[in-house]
Order: sequence, then structure tokens, then C-alpha cells
Amino acid sequence: MARRRGRGIASVNYPIGMNLGGDPSQALVHSNPGGKFTVALSSIDLGQGMKSVVRQICAEALGVPVEDVFVDTADSDTGPHCMGSFASRGTHRVGNAVIAAAEEARGVLLEAAAEKLEVDAADLVTDGRGNIHVRGAPSRLITVADASAAAQFEQGRTVSGRGIFLVPMSTPDPETGAMDPVTCYAHACTVAEVEVDDETGEVEVISIEAAYEVGRAMNPRLVEQQLVGGGWMGMSHALWETTEPYYPDRSHGPTDFNQYLMPGPGDICEQRFTILERPAPDGPYGGKGVGEMCSTPPIPAIANAIFDAVGVRIDEMPFTPEKILRALKEQGGAR
Amino acid sequence: MEFRKDLFANERDDDLNEVGRPTQRQDAQGHVTGRSRFFDDYALPGMLHMKFARSPHHHARVRSLDTREAAQMPGVVRILTSEDVPKKVHTLLILLDLGPDDEPPLAFDKVRYRGEPVAAVIAESESAAAAAAAKVRVDYEPLPAVFDVEEALAPGAPLVNEYHGRNWYDYNGYDFRKIRFGDVERGFREADHVVEERYQMSPIEHAPTETGGCIAAPDTAGRYVCYTNTQALFFSLETAARILDLPSNRLHFVGGTVGGGFGGKVDSVHEPLALLGAMLTQRPVRSAYSRAEEMQVSSPRGAERFYVKDGVMDDGRIVARYARIYFDAGAYSRLSPYGAVKAAAHMPGPYYIPNVWVDARCVYTNRTPSSAMRGFGVTGADFALEVQMDKLARLVGMDPMEFRIFNAYRDGDMKAHRRVTKNAALIECVQAAARIADWPLSERFQAMSSTRDGGGERGVIPPAPAPGPGPGKGASGRRVPPAGAEAAATTARPPAPADAPTVASPARSPLAGRGRMSSLLGTRRR
Repeated sequence: MARRRGRGIASVNYPIGMNLGGDPSQALVHSNPGGKFTVALSSIDLGQGMKSVVRQICAEALGVPVEDVFVDTADSDTGPHCMGSFASRGTHRVGNAVIAAAEEARGVLLEAAAEKLEVDAADLVTDGRGNIHVRGAPSRLITVADASAAAQFEQGRTVSGRGIFLVPMSTPDPETGAMDPVTCYAHACTVAEVEVDDETGEVEVISIEAAYEVGRAMNPRLVEQQLVGGGWMGMSHALWETTEPYYPDRSHGPTDFNQYLMPGPGDICEQRFTILERPAPDGPYGGKGVGEMCSTPPIPAIANAIFDAVGVRIDEMPFTPEKILRALKEQGGAR
Repeated sequence: MEFRKDLFANERDDDLNEVGRPTQRQDAQGHVTGRSRFFDDYALPGMLHMKFARSPHHHARVRSLDTREAAQMPGVVRILTSEDVPKKVHTLLILLDLGPDDEPPLAFDKVRYRGEPVAAVIAESESAAAAAAAKVRVDYEPLPAVFDVEEALAPGAPLVNEYHGRNWYDYNGYDFRKIRFGDVERGFREADHVVEERYQMSPIEHAPTETGGCIAAPDTAGRYVCYTNTQALFFSLETAARILDLPSNRLHFVGGTVGGGFGGKVDSVHEPLALLGAMLTQRPVRSAYSRAEEMQVSSPRGAERFYVKDGVMDDGRIVARYARIYFDAGAYSRLSPYGAVKAAAHMPGPYYIPNVWVDARCVYTNRTPSSAMRGFGVTGADFALEVQMDKLARLVGMDPMEFRIFNAYRDGDMKAHRRVTKNAALIECVQAAARIADWPLSERFQAMSSTRDGGGERGVIPPAPAPGPGPGKGASGRRVPPAGAEAAATTARPPAPADAPTVASPARSPLAGRGRMSSLLGTRRR
């Protein structure tokens, strides 16, 4: 009887956005007279950081500091339509809509500044610190705040923009299945190391090490937050969770967290990540989406690691001690 | 966490100001100080609570429903039954222009899963509502139930959902969404090894910190406001407007701050009935899942079953892949017909395989309707495919990482759904993972790239085989019972699909083919 170590891998891709498209999102961006911007959406922040990603994207596209942008969501009276926060679509779809809106607002802002500076708007650039100046002549400058005030109080311009992003709907061919599921994919490869107790059937996940290709990490901390949480969710799916432990039998359904098992603080493992960025041609700054993908590869990686450790294949989730012990017994022990 | 900025550097402009920075979240302070407003923070004076009388049976006819005793219970203000609901049968998918309507917000003639709501009790407190809900008397006539997807597809299985008329979702007149690419039969004949395995995903709870719910209240000008933790604000608003038969601008939805969703808050089950309660009582009404309801009544991740049959050569090339996919939708569609198509499109995984055959079925059973969850249509598929990949690698004696790099799709490769691969990065991910995990890769595989050696012969749509039955006999015909007859639910290893008996077509239900199903996502109606 022993604890046996094993390693397993999985490599996956993930389709970004609602499958087959047809899922628009809109954004409205406007400035107050002080040159501070609001993004109005009806998209949902589930905790994944939707508002913060969109805020950074808007600041980038406007050319202003992130502190000068706040995101207001989700009120159906003020926020334009968004299909919703699911299918790893937020960064890609809403991000693109926000870029479109911000670019329109930036256009007005630069026109207003050009009129004040008596130059051509095409010759103006933003410095990302709240100023607009003539390209190559940083001293010929106006602040975003002054340009915005001039637009609204002197020139009668609304410093605002509208954006929508839509991947047109695809209709699958009923005979061949030819279709456009999505426009881009994120990628990952996960290595899980486990220790399996061949006496109890218990699995301890020692580590998860993974490479994720995300197009563009809009905010590295938010990416890491997703990867860490997703990794734990994946190991939890692999080893513990189910609402129907004897599926398809409906009995023994858990009704609280004493019965519905998930890893506790002592069960979660160390995780290490490396990030790759191959920008998606139609992604906002190349961004794809990492939300859903990261909970998947730990599951097969752990299954494969269990095989590597003790030589049994568990092809039904979750990989409980009961299933592992039964398989070990059938096999005549670990090998 | 480290970055590999050296990879794909020539495709990337890294001269950005705000994007790419580790900026603190806009909502971080609010969340850690408790000031962020979640739906429950909008508790209103005079607010009522809604709780449900639920079916104890998996499948039963409702002979009669008696709410008189419940209505006499202390604190009860109003009891809703199907009679009160303007649109008695609905489907979420109608917003993707897909029918048919198949689910009653409150059951009337039949219940199709244990936990299905038959009446909603609105009372002064949650406990009063729950106590009264227990006093709703329903005369049930239990019916035979079916729980396994393949048993549900077998001839003679109890019919779960009359609105579909059979126990599967109809895709363009087929009982499955299919992918046909190349000639899998030939691939299997020519392969050095053929392996078929069965994989079973479990139903899984989303387990958000904040259970699903909302508060609905009368507002001014004949409007109603709804504070909700939906994941899709307008999706829920439009669902409510349709069920309540209201113009959408009579509803004002406020949300956007949610304590975890993971796909479990798209179903829009609370908003329509809480709004209906607010309309009929003219008071605020709160409806939210208890933790027990969240775990046993709310939609779980669907339990998907996969049969993956592969042909592989001694040198490691996978030459054919045949996947049969069974999505267990439970009693109602919710979003499962969409998820099954997503799973079909995901096949054969991020690999170049010249011959692919996929049958993806969405099956109705007498269990809690399943729905979207993080990785919808993909998580179960990748579990199946990646364990299968491990088995194949060991079978041909290759390192599992090198085996994946060898078979990985590259730019220019034709995918099974007949689109050319672009922007691929699987090979680089495997190489990068090998590096951080100290997994030895031989130089040959370290040198491979997603941007090289794809396309060419790999970039064309292969000719279709001569017409034939395909890898699953009968599987290519219209409206035949699919492979359900092939394997009993408890069989660990099913017979190869080619051994499956051909089964005669069942009589066509009068309901078959109705609804707008010209495509999975037809023209959106607005």
C-alpha cells in the first residue's frame, strides 16, 4: 500500500463567443464637461472583472488615463443591449463595442481640441495622461478636460460615441455540419501532478502547471484570478462535484455544502501559469477570453495523471475514491 | 505567472498604455467593504416572498391542484398557478428564434421532473411562504419515468415532453446535429488501431456564492422594476416580457453586479414569476433559490455522454474520429440544444484529423433540466477527447505531449466544420507547458510551429465517401431512433456502433417538425 505519483496532460482550445454568432453587444461612451468618461453598458460583471477590462479598453481607445473612465452597468433604461455574460464573450464582444464607441467619442474630442488649437484634428495625438497635443509638438497642447468643456459649452458638440459588435449568425449545413462556430479560439495545455493512495483511493492534486494562450492579457491580474479560480474549479469537477452521485439514478442528491463536496483550503494545490499572446485578428487589441477555458483542462489532465500513478482509467466523472478503489480491485492493484 | 512575450511577438503591438496593466478592479473596494450593491441589497419596504410548491415525482399527471388550505395559512397574500401566467408554455430559446415552446413557468397538466414548480406562494415572510407551499394539495398520477439518455431514445421509452413529441431535439429534420467530413469508414479500415471508448460527464452545480434570484416591484407610470442577478439582462427582460405578454418597455431591469454565475443565471426562472407576483399584489416580491433548491432544482451542468472511436496509425497520426454525443437536457430544452451544437462544432478537438463523423444529440429525460455552465458543450467534450488522446498516445508508444503536438491543428488546416484554421497556438502552448513543468520534449517537437507546415493537402475539404450507412448503421437516415438501442445505460463498454441493429422509424408525431427550426439559430426576430 502506497501513495503513488503520476503526471498527466491535456491540451485544449476554446471557442470565443456565442457559438454560431448572432450575439451583439452595444456600448455608449460619453464625457462629462470635465472630460471624465462614462461607459454605459448592460453587460454583467459576474465577478470576473468585466467592468475593469472594459474600463481599461475604453481608456486605451480614448487615449486617456484609466482613472478618467468609469463603467456603468447594467440598467436596461440606460445601458444599450448586450446579449449577456456567457460563452467567454465579454472581453471579445463588449470590448470591441467599447472600442467602436470610444473611437467615435475620441473623434469628437480631437475635433473640439483642433478647433481650440487651430490645427487639423488629424495632426493631434493623446498622451494617455489627460492631454491632447500636436504630433511632434508636445507644447501645443490642450487638456482633455478643456477640450471636452469647449466641445460642450462653446462648440455644441457631444463628446460621445456609440458602438456595437456583431459576429453575423452562421447557419449550419444540415447535411455536412459546415458552419462558422466562432471567429477565434484561445488555447491551453495543462500538466497535473497527483498522488493516489492505492489503499483509500484518494487523490491529492500536487500541482497544476499550465500554459494559456489568451490573445492578449487585458489585465494580468484578472487573467491570473480567472486561471487560479478555474484551475480549482477544474480539480473540483474532476475529483469531487456532482449533484447526482449515482447518475443517472436521481437518489442521494446533495442539498448543502456538507453533502456537495468541493475542495477545502487544505485540498487546493499550487498552480503555475505561463501566458502566451497570439492576438486574434478581430479581438480587442487581440484579446480572446479566458473565462471558461481554464476550468476544463485540469479534468482530463487529472484523469490521465491518475492513470499514470496507478494504472486505472476512470472514464466517468467525478473520479471518486470509490471508483478508483473499484477499478484498482478489478485490476488487481496499482501498476 | 510569467509571460512568453517572445512568442508571436511579430503579430503583436505591445506599445499600449492601459491594456495589459495590472490595474486594480473598479469594483474591488466596493466588494471588500461590502458596499457593492447586489440584488438583495435592494430589499424594499413591504416586500413579499415567493416560494414554490414542487413536484415530488419525476413524472406525473396532475389530476387536480387545490390551493385553498395553503391560502388560509398565516401571512399568505397570493398564490399563483399556471392560470395566472399569460404565456403558459415558453422556451428560453425563442430568443435565439428556436422553438418549440416546451416549458411551463408553472406546471399544469403534467410534471416532468422532481422539483418542478406547480404553484408559487407569495407571503409576508420566506418561512410563511414555505410553510404554505407545503400545504398546496396536488393529486398526482405517477407516470413511468426515464433517466438515461440512451434508454430515453430506445423504442417504447416514456415520452418526456409532449411539445417535442419524442425524446430528442429536432435539428433540421434530424435527430442530431451532424458533422460529415471525409470518409471515416475508410479511415478506420486503413488505421493500424481502432479504439472506441465511452466517457460520462457528471451533472454539476454552479455553486455561486450568491444563489439565483431577484426582487420585482411596481414602479411609476405602469412600469415594473426588477433587481436581478441574471447573467444576461436583456435576455431575462425579454423572457419576462414574453411570458407576461407585456411590451418590453414596461419592464426596467437593474443588475450587473453578480456573486458568481458560471452559466447558472441565464435561465431567467425568477424574474417572470416575481414580476407577475408584483403585478398581482402591487407589492415588491422577492424570489430566490435556497441553497438546496440551487443544488437540486436549478439547472446543473448537463451530464453529457461521449462515445469516441478513433483510427490511429503506428506513427501516431490520427486518421479518423467518430464521436457520438448525448446531451442530457433533462425535461426541458432550456439551452441544451445550443450546447449540443457547440459540442459538435468542437469536434474533433484542436487536432487535424482528415476524417470526422459527429452525431450530437440533445435528449430529454425526467430530470432537472440542465443548462449552460462554464465550458458549455466543451468541458465534457475535452474530458472525453483528452483522456482518449492519452490512451492513443500510450497505444502507439508516443510521449503524450509529443503525440498532441504531432496531431495539433496548424494555420491553414481544414477543420471538420469546413473552415480553415487560423490563429492557432496549440503547439506553442504544449511547448510552453513542457518548459514550465520540466517535461522533456525532443528537439523535433520543440521545433514545430502552428504557423508552419499546415494547409496544403491538409487545407482542403476531402471528398465525401460513396453513399452508405456510415459508421453507425441507420445513423445517417432521417428520423430513425438513434444509437439508443445500441447500449444499455450501465454497460461500461458499448458494442462498436457498426454492430448496432437497424431499428425501424417510429411513427411521426404530429408535433414533429413544428416551430422555427430551419437552422439552429435562424433569423432573429425583433
